[in-house]
Amino acid sequence: MANNYTDHPELKFELNHPLMKRIVELKERDFRDKEDYDYAPLDFADAMDNYDRVLDITGELAGTTIADNAEGVDLEGPHHVGDRVHYASGTQANLDAMVKAGLNGMTMPRRYGGLNFPITPYTMCAELVAASDAGFGNIWSLQDCIETLYEFGDEDQHSRFIPRICAGETMSMDLTEPDAGSDLQSVMLKATYDEEAGCWRLNGVKRFITNGDADLHLVLARSEEGTTDGRGLSMFIYDKRDGGVNVRRIENKLGIHGSPTCELVYKNAKAELCGNRKLGLIKYVMALMNGARLGIAAQSVGISQAAYNEGLAYARDREQFGKPIIQFPAVRDMLSNMKAKLDAGRALLYQCARYVDIYKALDDISRERKLTPEERQEQKLYSKLADSLTPLAKGMNSEYCNQNTYDAIQIHGGSGFMLDYPIQRYYRDARITSIYEGTTQLQVVAAIRYVTNGSYLAQMREFEQAEVSEEMRPLLEKAKVMADKFEEAVEHVKNAADQPLHDLCARHLVEMAADIIMLHLLLHNATADADLFAKSAKVYARLTESEIARHHTYVMGTTPETLAEYVEA
Amino acid sequence: MSLKIVVLAKQVPDTRNVGKDAMTPEGTVNRAALPAIFNPEDLNALEQALRLKESHPGTTVHLLTMGPPRATEIIREGLYRGADGGVLLTDRAFAGADTLATSYALSQAIKKMGMPDIVLCGRQAIDGDTAQVGPQVAQKLDLNQVTYVTNVDSVADGKITLTRSIDGGIERVEAPLPILLTVNGNAAPCRPRNAKLVMKFKRATAPMERPADGNIPYAEEYEKKPWLTVSQWSVADVDGDLQQCGLSGSPTKVKAVQNIVFKAKESKHLTGSDNDVESLVKELLDSHTIG
Repeated sequence: MANNYTDHPELKFELNHPLMKRIVELKERDFRDKEDYDYAPLDFADAMDNYDRVLDITGELAGTTIADNAEGVDLEGPHHVGDRVHYASGTQANLDAMVKAGLNGMTMPRRYGGLNFPITPYTMCAELVAASDAGFGNIWSLQDCIETLYEFGDEDQHSRFIPRICAGETMSMDLTEPDAGSDLQSVMLKATYDEEAGCWRLNGVKRFITNGDADLHLVLARSEEGTTDGRGLSMFIYDKRDGGVNVRRIENKLGIHGSPTCELVYKNAKAELCGNRKLGLIKYVMALMNGARLGIAAQSVGISQAAYNEGLAYARDREQFGKPIIQFPAVRDMLSNMKAKLDAGRALLYQCARYVDIYKALDDISRERKLTPEERQEQKLYSKLADSLTPLAKGMNSEYCNQNTYDAIQIHGGSGFMLDYPIQRYYRDARITSIYEGTTQLQVVAAIRYVTNGSYLAQMREFEQAEVSEEMRPLLEKAKVMADKFEEAVEHVKNAADQPLHDLCARHLVEMAADIIMLHLLLHNATADADLFAKSAKVYARLTESEIARHHTYVMGTTPETLAEYVEA
Repeated sequence: MSLKIVVLAKQVPDTRNVGKDAMTPEGTVNRAALPAIFNPEDLNALEQALRLKESHPGTTVHLLTMGPPRATEIIREGLYRGADGGVLLTDRAFAGADTLATSYALSQAIKKMGMPDIVLCGRQAIDGDTAQVGPQVAQKLDLNQVTYVTNVDSVADGKITLTRSIDGGIERVEAPLPILLTVNGNAAPCRPRNAKLVMKFKRATAPMERPADGNIPYAEEYEKKPWLTVSQWSVADVDGDLQQCGLSGSPTKVKAVQNIVFKAKESKHLTGSDNDVESLVKELLDSHTIG
């Protein structure tokens, strides 16, 4: 029986990272829940065993029910019935199975019915689900919007809403509008306070809302009349039980067919404020987006894994010129690079998830008691690290999953272009990952400050101090040279002191940083488990070396004069 | 109305995923090479039981399995999905049982559990493929029985309405309780394991699974949490007559075991011509391979 977790031991390796010790300590706080909840862990080993078992459940569900339903869901898609969304039958079956398996509200505290899991194993579950059906992955993973409600909502909102999400109700984040896509400051949906009813009312239109007919919505709306920028926006909770929001249409998309993308019309919809007025975009949506970006990174890794599996299976099976095509170097080149990108991207994803876990757990503790100065420092450190890695994890993994599905189709040859093989679905599903929750270009905008402020370079230099195995030592030396080249390229751009040049080179610099950091993570992994990662580390080192040279050449050759060639057409 | 339900379940070698080591050179099943799994149709039976538990508050679902101590895994798998408890029937004296001795042992255990309203079991196990144990248990307990059930439609006023598979269609039947049902593989698949229940019951063991010196991790937990101890019954516990148990209670004797090796038989070469396609379709229809 297929199990997306146990079939890929790389995941268990990532789960067992040394940082988990600290994460569990912060999440479980002396294992104080053990007396009150019969499913709470007794100690660190017990908690890790719980994560492992729940990943096993998720991997099995993903590898069986969700995988079996995926093709039907892709063909059927959701239905627009009246003003509502009816999921494809397979989607509904998947959702029912996930609820029966108790995989909702995974990261929420036990007092609300959650599992109190760290973000890291939860993110792994998101990867496992997405590997079988990326569209369904969206519907299920949107449960992590509850993190934002938990962080910024009040206690009354917690007790009313969180248990419902833990019991399996779904969520959506209603941000985008026809004239506010990447530029969310332009959101126009109007929120007015209804003095008579003592509640807020929402009026307007949202577009491209994933799972737009969800039970609970987090809505970005303009609460401050007369404002035009981000400071006039607040975040609201809309409960479908109250009514007032209708689905005007479901978009017809290239991929992720199972995931209903909706246009929503708000007609005097009753809503309540989440957190403080005016902090909607600048604080809450930023938190929401960071969580969502990690989710898309996980979705991307899942699709990459699925694409690699399909490519590998086909290459072993397909014979041409009297032998399986996997024996041809041109095919092995594609497969090895796919695997290397997959392993590197996954290492980055979970490194980032672990950083998020530490700072979020400390955040949560700070709501109970004052943090010690050491804890405050730790919180600050990991929060910065997480913020720096999140756009890299999202940007790189979404690009890698596009590249991997492209190559997987290439391996299939003509058959890959036919709609008869599952790879075509992964290829179509992959395409959105580098677009939604912030395009790759916007990830670069989020990441570039960590290039210029030296944060990435500092991380590289610290990695260089780590002990690696004898086998990996030559690669570590290469990584040092790459960091030197990165440093040189950054200096070149800084010295030019020219904003357009800076913007033009930004993607190259960010990719250089990401490549080198991922290489270090792979060296660490290959040192701990050579069988699983040594091959990928070597292939990735070769790939990175050539990528760094390419980016370096590009950046060093860019001067304010060359910019003229890039003026608008 | 609340119901008392017992689900009969068996741990079987996974004969669906047979590798090259599945058979010994002597032609018997190499159990070591095959993973032990929950008999698939027993999972369908469990699902029907759990649905009744959901629709009839107060209903209890207990599993009963006979086998070596490691068969406790079957009980745990049931607990992970929402069963209330289970009994492992284990004793060397039960070893070597055919369907008659098995149904005797199971019916003794059911009597001891207290007569249920419904006994649910899979149609047959994938190792023996006899489909005899369910009906024999019904006979021994003097229960009504309905076989090939694909769905329990409703239970009310001491009556149960069922859908069952029959040759060429389905049949809806009504029968009085108490009753034994054997459930088909085309009934609803069993629900997945539940995360919280897995975390709660993962250490549930039968006493015989634990090391004799009592030196187990988290030993103190077993005193605090009675649900971590799975009931384990011997022949004596179920007032079993030794003559009717295990090998001595099994009139079935294996006369011979044949090791059948599939060899490529005569092959036929067909082209894509209309004639060839038509004759192939006709042949397949005649042999009832299709149609």
